[in-house]
Amino acid sequence: MNAPVTAPLPPSPYSSALGKSNSERHTLSALVDNEPGVLARVVGLFSGRGYNIESLTVAEVAHGEHLSRITIVTSGPPEAIEQITHQLERIVPVHKVTDLTVQKRSIERELAMVKVRGKGDNRMEALRLAEAFRAKTIDATIESFIFELTGAPEKIDDFVELMRPVGLVEFSRTGIAAITRGAEGM
Amino acid sequence: MSKQMTGAEMIVEALKDQGVDTVFGYPGGAVLPIYDAIFQQNHVRHILVRQEGGAAHAAEGYARSTGKVGVLLVTSGPGATNAVTGLTDALMDSIPLVCITGQVPTHLIGSDAFQECDTVGITRHCTKHNYLVRNIEDLPRVLHEAFYVAASGRPGPVVIDMPKDVQFATGAYEKPEIASHKTYKPRVKGDAGRVAEAVAMMAVAKKPIFYTGGGIINSGPKASELIRELVALTGFPITSTLMGLGAYPASGANWLGMLGMHGTYEANHAMHDCDLMICVGARFDDRITGRLDAFAPFSKKIHIDIDPSSINKNVRVDLAIVGDCGNVLTDMIAQWKAAKAAVDKTALAQWWKQIETWRARKSLAYRPSKTKIKPQHAIQRLYEATRGKDCYITTEVGQHQMWAAQYFHFDEPNRWMTSGGLGTMGYGLPAAIGAQMAHPDALVIDIAGDASILMNIQELSTAKQYRAPVKVFILNNQYMGMVRQWQELLHGGRYAESYTDSLPDFVKLAEAYGARGIRCSDPKDLDRAIKEMIDHPGLVIFDCVVEAEENCFPMIPSGKAHNDMLLAELGDDAGLDLGGVIDEKGKMLV
Repeated sequence: MNAPVTAPLPPSPYSSALGKSNSERHTLSALVDNEPGVLARVVGLFSGRGYNIESLTVAEVAHGEHLSRITIVTSGPPEAIEQITHQLERIVPVHKVTDLTVQKRSIERELAMVKVRGKGDNRMEALRLAEAFRAKTIDATIESFIFELTGAPEKIDDFVELMRPVGLVEFSRTGIAAITRGAEGM
Repeated sequence: MSKQMTGAEMIVEALKDQGVDTVFGYPGGAVLPIYDAIFQQNHVRHILVRQEGGAAHAAEGYARSTGKVGVLLVTSGPGATNAVTGLTDALMDSIPLVCITGQVPTHLIGSDAFQECDTVGITRHCTKHNYLVRNIEDLPRVLHEAFYVAASGRPGPVVIDMPKDVQFATGAYEKPEIASHKTYKPRVKGDAGRVAEAVAMMAVAKKPIFYTGGGIINSGPKASELIRELVALTGFPITSTLMGLGAYPASGANWLGMLGMHGTYEANHAMHDCDLMICVGARFDDRITGRLDAFAPFSKKIHIDIDPSSINKNVRVDLAIVGDCGNVLTDMIAQWKAAKAAVDKTALAQWWKQIETWRARKSLAYRPSKTKIKPQHAIQRLYEATRGKDCYITTEVGQHQMWAAQYFHFDEPNRWMTSGGLGTMGYGLPAAIGAQMAHPDALVIDIAGDASILMNIQELSTAKQYRAPVKVFILNNQYMGMVRQWQELLHGGRYAESYTDSLPDFVKLAEAYGARGIRCSDPKDLDRAIKEMIDHPGLVIFDCVVEAEENCFPMIPSGKAHNDMLLAELGDDAGLDLGGVIDEKGKMLV
């Protein structure tokens, strides 16, 4: 793949003159062979070269062909993101890497399970908020609920913040899965 | 036709099918079945090194001097971990290696068994790819795929970790045809439109320069011929990195010498002032660029590289052509000729005139001595004595390495083997043995320092065993010379631990290993002693006692630009505070 010719020229990702201000958040999707160690290769690349991982999800997507899809949310200046993409492509079992953020037309979703403990008004309030967020109640006791919520990461963030005053115990979230809109695949 | 055989036999069979004639290695419990299989055949020769690190560097020397894949075979645990430095070295310098490591049987993996280590985990970051073979059915594919991955695209080391039970297991072997890989598909052909754009940029350049690197060597001898042709067609000046020496002949009319931290004044100034830089198979390493924000500030940059991740990594370029150097150069020459492109002759003449004024500074000049051997002089005399001979040079790492690069001149590719990216002291002797194994009748010289040579001195025993007539030419200044030089520049001349007390008597050491030992400390005796070394048909250690505190110049100090070089004449000025030439920011760099 040939890198596009761009102007004006920003500094390189390793330039000492690099400003931290132009950091962008990007979602990368990598299609990989589901073989032992492939996740370690990807994660090790990030730690070894000093890139950020904000979110990481991985699951097999084509059972017969042993293909997995890894979705990584990372941040950095545009030239660092370009470098990360190329470094990922160098990993031998990686089929393809797509920067979903550059494509702009992509959807991101995350699933969270949120455990809330409380009695009386707090309990009622938690239930009302869950309804407002269209969360599902997947477990209930006399003094607790577990809500299941799917949505954009910001929506999950908002919901978790609202649950704090009404008795948030803990929550578990999956990390981001992402896909491009429209008929085309990655 | 598939044949039934054990895993160990498959390994030997696959090596044979890959055309491997030599393997460097060291046996141990977890590879005994493979050694047994090697014992029972005559196609693949095994060279027994004295430490697995030596096997890796020997395989590198073999690979770089032949263009073939180097192969090493080591046992589990310490065998594998000892090979890690060599694997990392090969990764940094893009050297194709296949390293077969023994592993404890699959049912013991993870139990902290004797000589167990997580080899694929440890080598994941220092290989291009690695495999743990758990099933005999996978072995034929993995073996051949490993060679394909090691040699294709940007070459590099590949590890195959072989549990002992898989070596004993029986399965069907057939040589698979691997014409391509299901995921690894390096782009080797450059984009024609971009090549055309490059040709157009070259035709209007007023101050052009070719900046070439190890990628040309890795592309094969044809690429070296092509760069020579393109330089002749255009008349542009050419410089090279440490790794690319020999691709364009040092005796060529357009040669500026090496560039970078210890490059020539003319090469670095031409890089700084150029208006068009054509980078072919080099990667804008920090030893080359110096201060990034002052790197070739007036230039448009074309970058030809097979690895897309090299593009825009350290330096943003104007035109990137991803592809194999040889292919792209072929297309470039064809398009140049088809377009009947012509250079701006007046501007180019002016540019050469400017370059000549830089050349006139004679940046490689040094103050001669009648009483002590100057290290630069030693390399010059060594070079003169070897001219016209079929000669391969390896080096260790440090001052001697830079002097070798500056004063030994290479007219052909694959003749120069040095640890460029990783900077591994101890590389040179085993690499020389590897090169000698591939070229038994050639003159192979390891240009060494007194500190570096001790890092893999045990390999003298290997050289002795296989009657490898390697010549070890030690520039002995009793210091870790480059460390001492940096301490002089950065740390007020406080030579912390850079002086080697209790060096061995290298002549007696040579004799202990059954080699010829020669010592020379008198400049008048140097030529005769070098001749004695070259004429001796066997292994020689040459202890060349040189001026102890000589510095390696010219030099771009850390954090400085190409046009801010230190020359030897400055270093000679009594009273010049060398400690003052690198600022605080530069001191933070390496």
